Amino acid sequence: MNPLEIVRVAWRALRRNKMRSFLTALGIVIGVAAVIAMVAIGDGARVRVEQSFASMGSNMLIVLPGTTTAGGVQGGFGSLPTITWDDVKAMKAEVPSVRWVSPGLRSTAAVVSEDQNWTTTVNGVSPDYFEIRSWPMASGAIFSPSDVDSGTKVVLLGKTVAEKLFGAADPVGQSVRIKDVPFDVIGVLATKGQSPMGQDYDDAVFVPYPTFLAKIQGGLKNVVQGVVFVGATSAEGTAKAERQVTDLLRDRHRLAPGADDDFSIRNLTEMAGAMEAGTRTLTTLLAAIAAVSLLVGGIGIMNIMLVSVTERTREIGIRMAVGARPRDILLQFLVESLALAIAGGSIGVALGLFTAERLAATFGWPMLVRPGVIVVAVAFSGLVGVGFGLYPARKASRLDPIQALRFE
Amino acid sequence: MTALIELHDIAKTYRMGDVSVEALRGVTLTIEDGEFVAIMGASGSGKSTLMNVLGCLDRPTRGAYRLAGEEVSRLGPEALARIRNRTIGFVFQSFNLLSRTSALENVELPLLYSGLGARDRHARATEALRQVGLAERAGHHPNQMSGGQQQRVAIARAIVGRPRLVLADEPTGNLDSRTSVEVIALLQALGRSGITVVLVTHEPDIAEYAGRVITMKDGLIRSDERRKARIAAPRAEAPEGGAAAAEGRP
Repeated sequence: MNPLEIVRVAWRALRRNKMRSFLTALGIVIGVAAVIAMVAIGDGARVRVEQSFASMGSNMLIVLPGTTTAGGVQGGFGSLPTITWDDVKAMKAEVPSVRWVSPGLRSTAAVVSEDQNWTTTVNGVSPDYFEIRSWPMASGAIFSPSDVDSGTKVVLLGKTVAEKLFGAADPVGQSVRIKDVPFDVIGVLATKGQSPMGQDYDDAVFVPYPTFLAKIQGGLKNVVQGVVFVGATSAEGTAKAERQVTDLLRDRHRLAPGADDDFSIRNLTEMAGAMEAGTRTLTTLLAAIAAVSLLVGGIGIMNIMLVSVTERTREIGIRMAVGARPRDILLQFLVESLALAIAGGSIGVALGLFTAERLAATFGWPMLVRPGVIVVAVAFSGLVGVGFGLYPARKASRLDPIQALRFE
Repeated sequence: MTALIELHDIAKTYRMGDVSVEALRGVTLTIEDGEFVAIMGASGSGKSTLMNVLGCLDRPTRGAYRLAGEEVSRLGPEALARIRNRTIGFVFQSFNLLSRTSALENVELPLLYSGLGARDRHARATEALRQVGLAERAGHHPNQMSGGQQQRVAIARAIVGRPRLVLADEPTGNLDSRTSVEVIALLQALGRSGITVVLVTHEPDIAEYAGRVITMKDGLIRSDERRKARIAAPRAEAPEGGAAAAEGRP
């Protein structure tokens, strides 16, 4: 019997019981759709995490000053300024795996244009900051090292601030007042988006850190009252940079071996890696649960095929009497279950893609479906069809033609 | 004439739990090419078992069976299926047509398993239906046809593969006497066209149409006599055209 005929006979048999075939395939539809949607959700979450970490900065370490311990109460990081400006210079000059260093000083203040004002975060940084954060300009230019050295009163606006103060107009060349000090706007930063915690990165302005210290928020001359951003030379270099910066600071702070660090370092690359591993585990878990439903769908196919073999015992007997070989009968039932599984799998792919797309749209995730997942899901449903169809098909092919013909 | 069927000391024992039933107890029989044979006997006489062995649906526990010169008593299921497909056509008491399947497709069924292309299948099935006088019913389903018509479709299915042997197991059992004669006439026409027909029946008046009547009892052949067969006259309007069918007219 040629393959085309087998498929035709199988198709007719399935069409004869439309509702039953549909319900049987539905088990596979749901299973495949669930696998695809779940993997897409997991992948979407992972990419979202990756993107938000990438927007924080690449190869970035954050060095925080140490803690105070007063009467057994830990003051938390940053409560005691332990990092000096000399430490900051030394990090850049002496640590080979460190490429960029910028202090991060921050304060909240109202920024006032001619007719608008907006309360936002004012940051005191060095030009390196924008390299570490991989944050390009939308217009204008970053302040130069000489602006930093001489403490020029220039400011870069985040996109949100630029829009609040100047609307659609180009703010470059305008001036704004921060704490009653006039600043020249020399640039607007490109849109950065949100932090992993949902904070708007673009709602901020940036001034050179000496200017910040002189005009925005005075304070101790020698120590950094904020954090230090460190950019490593490469992603692989962040762990090394962390170690080297730690050694440098311990040495400079003359900490005895065994003593606690009086600072702390956050390695964002490692954090990102950990979160990514977390979402990857989540994806696997979701896919595994979805795969169980695919398995249940397969059992549904087996169940219906067994019923079908019993119902059609007489038909099998007739076919055998006129010359169908056991192999022909086996193939016919196998193709039927395979057809159910493949049809279910294909509809499941469509449904899964649709669900993934809707979910992505709802949660604002990137729509991400790996082609490999579709291939695996369809192949797996085919495997389920053959696997669970084999037993009923064998049962049919081993019927005794005489018994089968007598079957009522 | 050459022997189409040669049975030598065929025995068949069924095991039913602890009890074994000897359905055939040593049957030796030769049927020539082109014979029209009726096998008679009460129920339990072994005639159905003999039929199943002859039709290669069942294998004997003992003895030798040569069909068209080939020893078939020890062949496996695949080889037996091939012989049923190529050499034998079956007609059953309960017609055994596939429901919800057109007459034409029912007739095509054996050709499906002999690997014939769709065009040839179609042509041969149409020709077979014409031979039994049902050409215009090709598209009808079994439940749209009378018992006699269904049995004629079954006969078309039996001969579509051009077999040398047609086995009819109580082919008139579910039919009224007039329709029975019609079906017998078709079988006789097959006989005249050179096909060997073996008919199982328990009705003596049906056996009259055979040129040889074998009577079974208790798993053995009781009598085996040749006589002049009565010729069945088909209903005048039934088979229209077709060489075999036309010959059935008196």
